[in-house]
Amino acid sequence: MPKDSGIGASSKRREDVRFLTGAGNYTDDINIHGQAYVYFLRSDIAHGRINSIDTADAEAMPGVVRVFTGADFEGVGGMPCGWQVTDRHGQPMQEPPHPILAQGKVRHVGDPIAAVVADSLEQARDAAEAIAFDIEELPAVVDMREAAKGGATKVHDDLTSNICYDWVLGETDDAKVDEVFQNAAHVTTLELTNNRLVANPMEPRVCVAEYSRGTDEYTLYTTSQNPHVIRLLMCAFVLGLPEHKVRVVAPDVGGGFGTKIFHYAEEAFCTFAAKACNRPVKWTASRSEAFMSDAQGRDHVTKIELALDSDNNFVGLRTDTLANMGAYLSTFSSSVPTWLHGTLMAGNYKTPVIQVNVKAIFTNTVPVDAYRGAGRPEATFQLERVIDKAARELGVDPIKLRRQNFITEFPYDTPVALTYDTGDYNGTMDKLEAAADIAGFPARRAESEARGKLRGLGVNCYIEACGIAPSNIVGMLGARAGLYDAATVRVNATGTISVMVGAHSHGQGHETAFPQVVAEMIGIDESMVEIVHGDTSKIPFGMGTYGSRSLAVCGSAMVRATEKIINKAKKIAAHLLEASEADIELKDGQFTVAGTDKSVAWGDVTLTAYVPHNFPLEDIEPGLEETAFYDPANFTFPAGAYACEVEVDPETGKVTIERFTAADDFGNIVNPMIVDGQVHGGIGQGIGQALLENCVYDENGQLLSASYMDYAMPRADDVPFYTVDHSSQTPCTHNPLGVKGCGEAGAIGSPPAVVNAVIDALQSGGKTVDHIDMPVSPSRVWAAMNG
Amino acid sequence: MAQVSMTVNGKSVSGDVEGRTLLSSFLRDHLSLTGTHVGCDTGQCGACVVHVNGESVKSCNMLAVEADGAEVGTIEGQANPDGSLNVIQQAFQEHHGLQCGFCTPGMVMSAAALLKENPKPTEAEIREYLEGNICRCTGYHNIVKAIMAASGQDVGAIAAE
Ligand code: FES
Ligand code: FES
Repeated sequence: MPKDSGIGASSKRREDVRFLTGAGNYTDDINIHGQAYVYFLRSDIAHGRINSIDTADAEAMPGVVRVFTGADFEGVGGMPCGWQVTDRHGQPMQEPPHPILAQGKVRHVGDPIAAVVADSLEQARDAAEAIAFDIEELPAVVDMREAAKGGATKVHDDLTSNICYDWVLGETDDAKVDEVFQNAAHVTTLELTNNRLVANPMEPRVCVAEYSRGTDEYTLYTTSQNPHVIRLLMCAFVLGLPEHKVRVVAPDVGGGFGTKIFHYAEEAFCTFAAKACNRPVKWTASRSEAFMSDAQGRDHVTKIELALDSDNNFVGLRTDTLANMGAYLSTFSSSVPTWLHGTLMAGNYKTPVIQVNVKAIFTNTVPVDAYRGAGRPEATFQLERVIDKAARELGVDPIKLRRQNFITEFPYDTPVALTYDTGDYNGTMDKLEAAADIAGFPARRAESEARGKLRGLGVNCYIEACGIAPSNIVGMLGARAGLYDAATVRVNATGTISVMVGAHSHGQGHETAFPQVVAEMIGIDESMVEIVHGDTSKIPFGMGTYGSRSLAVCGSAMVRATEKIINKAKKIAAHLLEASEADIELKDGQFTVAGTDKSVAWGDVTLTAYVPHNFPLEDIEPGLEETAFYDPANFTFPAGAYACEVEVDPETGKVTIERFTAADDFGNIVNPMIVDGQVHGGIGQGIGQALLENCVYDENGQLLSASYMDYAMPRADDVPFYTVDHSSQTPCTHNPLGVKGCGEAGAIGSPPAVVNAVIDALQSGGKTVDHIDMPVSPSRVWAAMNG
Repeated sequence: MAQVSMTVNGKSVSGDVEGRTLLSSFLRDHLSLTGTHVGCDTGQCGACVVHVNGESVKSCNMLAVEADGAEVGTIEGQANPDGSLNVIQQAFQEHHGLQCGFCTPGMVMSAAALLKENPKPTEAEIREYLEGNICRCTGYHNIVKAIMAASGQDVGAIAAE
């Protein structure tokens, strides 16, 4: 019987009511009396030297409050990078400055040259057109392979080259790796591109900032996944403001997918300008602006080689990747191709020797950073494509080849720095085979063929590492932040509860799922528990929501704080019941004394905590409020197996997704409805990457896909209904809820399934195609079939 | 500046707007009806869909002056008169047809327009009708399911919870 409340129940989302009635409060819905508007003049060339900027005419335009250029930010910090990667020679990565407004050069289309603050947006825009500037166009470096060459034009003149770092993980001795490959019975090699994507949350970024001269306090409302991180970075590294004078609020946020993690120049600018202009200021990105200023995702070029012995056991894996950083290092850009990608190259398999090499490259393009999955989709795509290719070369069943090489014993130390705590890859594959009706595929293929279509089945596995941790280890790896989270549980006198959490919900349903946990622990109704998030003035410190960490990390903090509450409440109950604390039990909101019929209700205990007339004041303080910080012992490792069936029209090359099945092991699950929704959304984005989406620059660095006319977002008729099964559950061994995280799985697991299916379809039609780069568009498929 | 008057969610409203003011800005900035969202600048995303004289319209694609005299319906006017969620809104909640909620007002308004012209649409008809509404969160599965459920169809057989 499915539960109807508490942990494991598909409780309906309480946040939906405001979103469904137009009562949400998104940043652009916030207007402050007297606000001025910001318009950024952005570079329309990819690379140029700024010889002069003259703002005099613009300043004189009607309604203009002030015009800012890079010169106004001399002496102010630049946008920081939150992760210092150490290269293969032990040297720190090259870390160029990233000013709030361009200084000296513009380095990508969209780089802000100047900002106008005016009474209205129209006036700000008109004035921006009156700014006179002399920017000398320089050759742009766009292609990573060209940019990596010695003698290439440099994006940053002060760096030695365009290579940010050259990093190795796993077996560092090249000779040992060579030996494995020389002795292998079979080697499969694949060169592939992981296409650049634009995250495209439907809500564009917005900032509203105000400054109070009376109190010297700043408030920044911003579209962020992690308001405390923004406050810390902006105060400590950019503007040099005292943290306690700055409040950052991320109200309802219309999707993030990673791209709203980062601290953006516009946030620092608006905060700075609110004081400089002594006016509240507001900036709302247009969608076109989002395409050239939101950090983009993926963009790797990889050569991967898999070595197998004569029994088809994986014996070695070697990868060589170029990862595009764009023109500047966005907040977590450097960690994505390294510690979030290289570490995942073992996948679900017991390959003994792995070497991962990544070179991160600067180019004259928009900065690249984490996008849903962040590094893990890139790792999964390479690995699961090369395994598929190996199976085809060897003439073995791709599922059988995977099963044969699965890790089956846990904990398992991979050769690439991780320890998987638990998993059941065969069990999850069994679920997939059943849910996807793999056995029925030949009949479905025959049916498609009878209609003149080619049908393919693609299967793959994935593993991901979520809830990145622990802080002391990630610190050694270069993180400039801790990766714990925090929660405060505030019990009111009447027994209702506010939980202030560091996680931020921008679609994930925390307002519904988190109370399910607290309510279950205490045995009260979910409606008595409310979640407060997204405001640095209301919540304890928190690292926010990304990397599928909210429940595994912040949820664990919430459990710890609730445990403290229960412990204290038991002391109060023991006092009221004149019993020993050890004999007090809490069930269904009643404290009872074991072996007796004495009891006191939750509400009586909470009232006593705040009206402590009969209270053990000598032992404990009045009140009932507790905070916990939780620093996980390890990552969590959700894993799964996905299957995609496509039809390919041999006449046009058009691919349609006929069936898509996901079997995931997320450990324990709090709200199955929400988990399914997270997987659906991830699959939608993964199908988008595989079939449709591509962020393209021409050789001059012009962004060709800068609107929804040119960047193909998945629409309702591009995708089918999905089948999602998460009944394979091996609980995480090191967090109190046994949860693993589900936010990114769909986006990680789905692209290789789609491409594997297309290749299967084409090969079934007698084509010798063994790879097509994403997006697998009709023209690419047609060219591959006819090339 | 031009004077515009219209009926929005059954109430007469008027305001002074510039010729270039979009209906979406009139609703959001002049009337503070911020449930209508703006997700793009090329008329592609559908976050801004409202009803004008009963037809679904992208309010970012229409000037406020063009709606002079019209009956306009927005997400704020969709609930039942007693304030409870209407059938479509209920179905979206019941079937988890929304996550971040940003596309949601446009989705609900488009769904209402669809069901008015086609009370029992097939899955394919729903997907085709939603061509102009982008959702980045849900992968569309639960949106399509919610609309089928709102039209009284049995969605119990559709894969996954
Ligand atoms: S805002 Fe109207 S279609 Fe995007
Ligand atoms: S619910 Fe977020 S865009 Fe649709």
